[in-house]
Amino acid sequence: MLSGLTGLAGVKPGTRGRLRPVWEEEPSRTGLASKGVVLVLICLAVLFPLWVVIVTSLSSVRTITEAGGLVVIPRGVTFVAYQELLGGGQVTRATVISLCVTVVGTLFSMTVSIMCAYGLSRTGSVLHRPLLVFMLATMFFGAGLIPTYLVVQGLGLTDSYLALILPSALNVFNILVLRAFFMSTAQELIESARIDGAGDFRILWQIVMPLSRAVIAVITLFYAVGYWSAWFNASIYISDPQMLPLQNVMNQLVLKQERPTGLAQAINTGHLSPLAIQMAVMVLALIPVAFLSPFVQKHFKEGMLTGAVKG
Amino acid sequence: MSLSTEDRRAREPRTPPVETRAAGGAPVATKVPLRHRLRRDRTLLLMTLPAMLLLLVFAYVPLAGNVVAFQDYDPYIADNAFQAIAQSPWVGFEWFQQMVNDRLFWSALRNTLAIFLLQLTLFFPVPILLALFINSFVRPRVRAVAQAVLYLPHFFSWVLVVTVFQQMFGGAGLIAQTLREHGHEGFDLMTDPGLFKFLITFEMIWKDAGWGVIVFLAALAAVSPDLYEASAMDGANRWRRMWHITLPALRPVVALLLVLQVGNALTVGFEQILLQRTAVGPGASEVLDTYVWNVGITNGGFSYAAAVGIVKGVFGLLLVLGANKVAHLMGEQGVYKK
Repeated sequence: MLSGLTGLAGVKPGTRGRLRPVWEEEPSRTGLASKGVVLVLICLAVLFPLWVVIVTSLSSVRTITEAGGLVVIPRGVTFVAYQELLGGGQVTRATVISLCVTVVGTLFSMTVSIMCAYGLSRTGSVLHRPLLVFMLATMFFGAGLIPTYLVVQGLGLTDSYLALILPSALNVFNILVLRAFFMSTAQELIESARIDGAGDFRILWQIVMPLSRAVIAVITLFYAVGYWSAWFNASIYISDPQMLPLQNVMNQLVLKQERPTGLAQAINTGHLSPLAIQMAVMVLALIPVAFLSPFVQKHFKEGMLTGAVKG
Repeated sequence: MSLSTEDRRAREPRTPPVETRAAGGAPVATKVPLRHRLRRDRTLLLMTLPAMLLLLVFAYVPLAGNVVAFQDYDPYIADNAFQAIAQSPWVGFEWFQQMVNDRLFWSALRNTLAIFLLQLTLFFPVPILLALFINSFVRPRVRAVAQAVLYLPHFFSWVLVVTVFQQMFGGAGLIAQTLREHGHEGFDLMTDPGLFKFLITFEMIWKDAGWGVIVFLAALAAVSPDLYEASAMDGANRWRRMWHITLPALRPVVALLLVLQVGNALTVGFEQILLQRTAVGPGASEVLDTYVWNVGITNGGFSYAAAVGIVKGVFGLLLVLGANKVAHLMGEQGVYKK
């Protein structure tokens, strides 16, 4: 089904290993060159700011002073900012909190979503349609911020990590994508497993899930990025500053320009640049996402496309 | 709702229906009693239970919680929000009347629509153009690298994106810094109320335009190369092929995304704006979502904020349905089928 989506459909290798169909016009050299330049510029627009952030976070106080602020060309790499940030204190705690919320939340979301998607993927089953409609309907109305807030408060979830997980645990769109893939599992496999005496949990675990590995990887990434990037729920449900996750601390340190507690001395003695600290916090927030997403990237298309067709 | 054809025909009955012979001799399937089907599918039902409970608690119960918009909700009347709702006095449509006379509400609505229009004109076409551009490269390596780079910002949090912009375009940012070094005046894009809407749109483009490319690239890859070959044989040059084959192939996807975009017209950049509103002041940056947040969460005007939220929700739903209707009239499928 997805063979046509590899981006190479119908392209025949031509001369000199070029992948251009034989009937297509040869592009001019200037055309190719200008296209290349534009592409490089577009990529630079994305990568250059990140480069500056990373380089500045690795720069010493002197380099930053000489550059008059942000550093573009690295000179003398130092990890002082990271040592200070990760040597205990507010940012270390926030990083651990974010990691825990992300891991626990993603596991919870995936378990519930996969079970729900499988439960709704067998179209002959009882109540399958009403339950599906019950789920789809939530895509059309949002209850609104205020009543949601009141419900979370009424359940006593404020100032608890559960408030960072439960209200945003499910994404109906993700469940639909999973369900679409589960439905494309060959029914013969499921039937034969059933005849061999497998129950639904075993079929899901040993047949359907291994066959849907790619889409499960994509959805896991989506959920994980959601938890890792979230700051709004924490900003309204968490009042204890000791419990804030990394994004909220980054908001305070960088956007609101507050000084990190416990690091004031190092900054005042000129040992540490506040700018390097800010940039290092940004890099901490960036690292997991930048490392994970390329591994899953080749599967994005399948997940997104199924969603677009079914959604 | 979009229920695919696969859903419509129940293709795999789990146990074969009981067959009986009717008078004519043709097999008639009698329905398995509900009791038996519930027993038969109990594992499947059990599996959906946690998700349904979550949806019930965090989507349907809050929906009922909207009643506070018709009350004078007082959070201090009881220990618990639920009890407070039960004990708060009813005021009818008072909050809605107040909203009509509220200058700040109309200002928030104006800002919301202005940002939506900018999004529609400046943001929306970018992924399409980017997809056509990337699609014009034939080397798989080039395409893969370009996609990897372009997808990346989608996974950054808004805090990170706003911070990156501040470091580039803010008063102490790289551009101001470079300008000052060369004897020019520095500038600060982040605190300019007049440019705020463009800043917001620019940030959206940087973060999500690359991600939007995926859907269009997939649509382009699904076009049969035979069409291109045949038209090339007929003498169509590359521009005519783009006009007559590529662009029509994108039409359904464009229509679908346009409908979704219009449906979200009243929901523009909530988190993003919340992070930046203090820098430019609410006059330029307040949109409906941030207004609800400001009135309700920060100032405790829960009832009034809920009323604004309801109005926004109702008009949002009407927008989706209306846009979808237009898509149908144009002969496109839209979000759900007719």
